[in-house]
Amino acid sequence: MSTPGAPYIEVRGLARHFDVSKPLLNRVIEGQPRLILKAVDGIDFAIRKGETLSLVGESGCGKSTVARLIVGLYKPTRGQILFEGTDMGSLATRAEERALRKRFQMIFQDPYASLNPRWRVADIVAEPIRAHRLSSDPTEIRRRVDELLRQVGLSPADGEKFPHEFSGGQRQRISIARALSSNPEFLVCDEPTSALDVSVQAQILNLMKDLQRELGLTYLFISHNLAVVFHISDRVGVMYLGRLVELADARALFENPQHPYTRMLLDAIPDLDMTGRARTPVAGEVPNPLDPPKGCAFNPRCPFANDRCRTERPELRPVANGGVAACHAVEEGRLAAAPRLAPA
Amino acid sequence: MLDSDVFHSFRRNPVVVVSAVVTAVFVLAALLAPWITPYHPYDLASLDLNDAFTPPAWTEDGSRRFLLGTDDQGRDVLSTIVFGARVSLLVGFCAVLFAMTVGITLGLVSGYVGGAVESVIMRVADVQLTFPGILIALLIDGLARTALPRDLHSEIALYVVIFAIGIANWPQFARTVRGSTLVEKSKEYVQAARVIGLHPGLIMLRHVLPNVMGPVLVIATLSLGFAILAEATLSFLGVGVPPTRPSLGTLIRVGNDFLFSGEWWMTIFPGAALIVLVLAVNLLGDWLRDALNPKLR
Repeated sequence: MSTPGAPYIEVRGLARHFDVSKPLLNRVIEGQPRLILKAVDGIDFAIRKGETLSLVGESGCGKSTVARLIVGLYKPTRGQILFEGTDMGSLATRAEERALRKRFQMIFQDPYASLNPRWRVADIVAEPIRAHRLSSDPTEIRRRVDELLRQVGLSPADGEKFPHEFSGGQRQRISIARALSSNPEFLVCDEPTSALDVSVQAQILNLMKDLQRELGLTYLFISHNLAVVFHISDRVGVMYLGRLVELADARALFENPQHPYTRMLLDAIPDLDMTGRARTPVAGEVPNPLDPPKGCAFNPRCPFANDRCRTERPELRPVANGGVAACHAVEEGRLAAAPRLAPA
Repeated sequence: MLDSDVFHSFRRNPVVVVSAVVTAVFVLAALLAPWITPYHPYDLASLDLNDAFTPPAWTEDGSRRFLLGTDDQGRDVLSTIVFGARVSLLVGFCAVLFAMTVGITLGLVSGYVGGAVESVIMRVADVQLTFPGILIALLIDGLARTALPRDLHSEIALYVVIFAIGIANWPQFARTVRGSTLVEKSKEYVQAARVIGLHPGLIMLRHVLPNVMGPVLVIATLSLGFAILAEATLSFLGVGVPPTRPSLGTLIRVGNDFLFSGEWWMTIFPGAALIVLVLAVNLLGDWLRDALNPKLR
């Protein structure tokens, strides 16, 4: 089924809108229109086999929605998700979909909510094996679970315990073991470290990197933490109000950010060198996503915005750091001469 | 669920311990009725009409053979109460079980599936909640009476009563389960199961159901009290279980006819037994609700 030369995962014009209107009766009585929240509003990207693509952005920019769309928790309003060239939306039968889904897994943000409190760890980890009927022999399943627990740095004896007996970091290891148990190729990680202590975050990130090298995994990594993203990513996409504003190799993006929003985010990273000095805070608030600004969604917060930015929405264009960015100012070269937002 | 906290709160509360003991005594007596009662009240051969209307043993005309006296047929009132409690508890348990099954199923489905399915189920539940439960039970019993031939009816009357009380009770379970399901459904472990590709039915059964059972247990206990009372009410009104297998409610109704002629024991003792049983069950339910709710601790 796969098309030769196609990227491993490709997302084309992906959009997901949520209807957040009040019930019909209230709308009629109060004379209000329907309210549509465009959580994801047409984004394109591709992931190569074996790499880590990260999506970053502030809360509410739609990055988690992208993760949920890709693993099938939401159906796209528009657009396609292609897995080795096969459109996930075109799969006719449930069996076909299951066969593809088996190769996807997801790691969730909150390790306290992502494990069923009434199940033993061994059953949690074995669930994908049983669900996909990879094995029905109890001793073989048990052996596989033991191996997985060891692989993520837990002991096989932990399989008999319940999730509440573990710390946040250990629970996230259990989550990872569960995600790996059906031998997936592609893991979607939705802020897997944001609920953890900083010291534990590093352990989990290193574990994920080791597993990627050993098992040849491909990651889509969702985070709002730029330090974490820099540590783990090959490429980084920056999202703002449901759209991608910049996408580039991680090193290029961090060393030579193009889009004003990316620059602003990078300047806001707390840095030990800068302790005691005033940093430029990210100016302004994210606009109401129910009523996004006309033109470039970032224009109310952008120091470089002009009339064109307020009327015409910019598209992603190749930029100097080798990636792509959606910004009129960058495209016109207005930004090249502009000073950096913060003292370097 | 039944962890040491709950057990501790049980031990510390004497009212609850007494309620539990009373309930246990009733259940045991009901289960073992044929072996522990002094007489078999519905064995016609053993009845003697000369024994009719014997007052309780401690009164002037009482007989030591009949502790709580006898009824108009010469049956031992204590034995009829034990046999009556057997029917009352049977109807109560079965009705609650039936209401639980229907309510949990519809609640899970409407909470998990949502959309039109949820709207239809919950509106039906809302409409039904606007009628008093006893009225619905009366309606169903009346329908069964007209729809079924007379002989058949007395045979299946017990099941009609169970069905009627069960149907009157399901919306409570459905609403509670739906609410808890909505909470559980949004948690990430349910989403993880969906990503794995588990069938929605299996997700409801294996993941959601075990996590919504706490409140269901509380409602089940409280409903048991209601169901026993509802059965007694129906039987008192003469539309419940047939007099050939009297429940506590039937005994109260039969005894009621003799109340003003002075044979008070025939209705007072079954009535007292009913009060004690329902009170004990309700106290247990109240305690369980508080014990399982960490906010009230």
